[in-house]
Amino acid sequence: MKLLTSFKKSFLVSIWFMFLTFPIMVIRVNPIEEIIEWRWWNMLLVGGCSFVLSLLGRYFLEKKELMAKRVADSGVIATTFKKRLFEQRAFAVPILIIISFAAIIFPFIFSTYQTSIMTTALIYVVLGLGLNIVVGLAGLLDLGYVAFYAVGAYSYALLNYHFGMGFWAVLPIGAGLGAVFGLLLGFPVLRLRGDYLAIVTLGFGEIIRLILENWNDFSQGPSGIANISRPSLFGTQLGLEANTVYLYFIMIGFMIFTIFVVNRLQNSRIGRAWIALREDEIACQAMGIDKTRTKLNAFALGATWAGMMGVVFAAKTTFINPASFTFLESAIILSIVVMGGMGSIVGVIVAAFILILLPEYLRAFSDYRMLLFGCIMVVMMVFRPQGIISNVRRTYRYGNNKGQDINHRETEEV
Amino acid sequence: MEYFLELLLGGLTRGSIYALIALGYTMVYGIIGLINFAHGEIYMIGAFTALIIASVLTILGFNHLSILVLASLVAVIYSAAYGFTVEKVAYKPLRSAPRLSPLISAIGMSIFLQNYVLLAQTSDFMPFPNLIPDFDFMEPYAHVIGSSELVILLTTAAVMMLLTVLIKFTKIGKAMRATAQDKSMAMLVGVNIDRVISVTFIIGSSLAAIGGILVASHIGQINFYIGFLAGIKAFTAAVLGGIGSIPGAVLGGIVLGCTESFATGYVSSDYEDVFAFTLLVLILIFRPAGILGRSTTEKV
Repeated sequence: MKLLTSFKKSFLVSIWFMFLTFPIMVIRVNPIEEIIEWRWWNMLLVGGCSFVLSLLGRYFLEKKELMAKRVADSGVIATTFKKRLFEQRAFAVPILIIISFAAIIFPFIFSTYQTSIMTTALIYVVLGLGLNIVVGLAGLLDLGYVAFYAVGAYSYALLNYHFGMGFWAVLPIGAGLGAVFGLLLGFPVLRLRGDYLAIVTLGFGEIIRLILENWNDFSQGPSGIANISRPSLFGTQLGLEANTVYLYFIMIGFMIFTIFVVNRLQNSRIGRAWIALREDEIACQAMGIDKTRTKLNAFALGATWAGMMGVVFAAKTTFINPASFTFLESAIILSIVVMGGMGSIVGVIVAAFILILLPEYLRAFSDYRMLLFGCIMVVMMVFRPQGIISNVRRTYRYGNNKGQDINHRETEEV
Repeated sequence: MEYFLELLLGGLTRGSIYALIALGYTMVYGIIGLINFAHGEIYMIGAFTALIIASVLTILGFNHLSILVLASLVAVIYSAAYGFTVEKVAYKPLRSAPRLSPLISAIGMSIFLQNYVLLAQTSDFMPFPNLIPDFDFMEPYAHVIGSSELVILLTTAAVMMLLTVLIKFTKIGKAMRATAQDKSMAMLVGVNIDRVISVTFIIGSSLAAIGGILVASHIGQINFYIGFLAGIKAFTAAVLGGIGSIPGAVLGGIVLGCTESFATGYVSSDYEDVFAFTLLVLILIFRPAGILGRSTTEKV
């Protein structure tokens, strides 16, 4: 009976969506040649898809509620396979070894093209981890993250173009400039409520892009800056192929460094302050945490990472123009963080690989990339706000193992 | 002087469009405290639907007036339907979630809708038929104000008046005000919150559609991306006037429109969009509550 009603509801939903998408999906007009194209096939497609999706959505929402109820009843969160994977050393160590081995031999097995794609994916991993500090840990929605990325990229491009400065010399400068811009933007707006911050950062990202596009004397406008030198190894310039491999290892290094820093930050005093601030601002202030300063720290740190990655990006592509730094780029990075699970390091890494590599290898599917990213954000928020791999917060327990469950239940009730 | 007048009228026209879209933001924000990022996309879908219907009717050989009426009507209905559906799909399940969740969901929805139109239609600019006829009596003033500008100003004024009446004097308007004041209290006195929220989205989306049709036939071309900029600017207008306040949205829209018009006229047209963003940042720094808004302290 219940199944029947949900079928009926889903049927109605599919009728509604067929109506809703009718003008845009079915009709296509060419006003100049006066041709109307009726694509009835699309209507059936929409109807069928929305019917299935509605059924699935109903099922998952029900399941989510059931799970929440079960957790609330028993107070014990079941140890899943996933959790065991990350918490127990016996699992984690061999997996880490395999992954690092694979990472080392990767550029020597696959072609330069593959290595280059992998490097791009790694850049997004680090960008995701950087944004994760801001969005995931501190709970500040930053929609202009790409602005800091642009700052880094342009600082390398311009310093290289005018003064011939090398990659390693500019890297700290790019990081520093990113941080400075983060502070400059963060200082006035961080006093505001979260949703204003989102819009202001969005506006800021656009301002930076528009300035880069229009201020021709400074940034060479939309035509961009070409012939940026690649990173050198102890003063020697490598060939194109060797350089791709070199950059890949630089990125691996960056990733390890970022993971280390973020991981250490998460459990430090400031990291806990961020999480506390994300959960409840007022209670946090009452506990004596300087709200503005803590937020500013997160913001500037996130921007530092974006600045560094900007330098790497400019060195990798050797050509940059303002078109690389649109809002969509910010949206991609944000969807990596959202999909991975806010605050979860492993989740962000996995999500970055999925979201960047999948469209790269499934070419037919790459047109639908942004559509999918939008979809992911909505679906993740509705069905799984904790992301694909949720962050396991460190819990402090006392007493013997027997008392564990009781302690757990107590904290749950509090 | 004439140049000044031209810029002023241009600013007012621009501003009234911003105001129409800003109303949707401000109403939704007033009721559920959410920045509806997808609102700009609703505006774009309104304009696109009007374009499609108008083109089809033109090809089928309808006369001018019936095209105008039918296309506008269908566009408004469809925008309202989209607004309603977006709320049900992306925001309703998240009503009790942390603040960040519906915001991210809204951004996702906005990206989704943009790409949906891009994939189903085209990424090129589409020529928009001029739905607003040229009036003969306007000819002597043509160098200062065009017919479409006049229509935009008059329509906006009429729509604002209707909205004010709706909110001040009807039962649903009363329910909306009650919900904006205190959601749980409104629920206790028997207001159907879900319905009020749906109605708010429907009204806001219809207004955006009207704005979309007006601006599209004024400019003469649209593409899938117009909603993004219009959305941010309208949001700026809403914040400028004080978000949550309906007269504030109108005032903010007009102030923003005039600022942009004068800035592009007297300073530089390269940085047209930068002015709006700079204004937004400045307001948020110095007067986050907006011109008409009152600053509230959060109680624990």
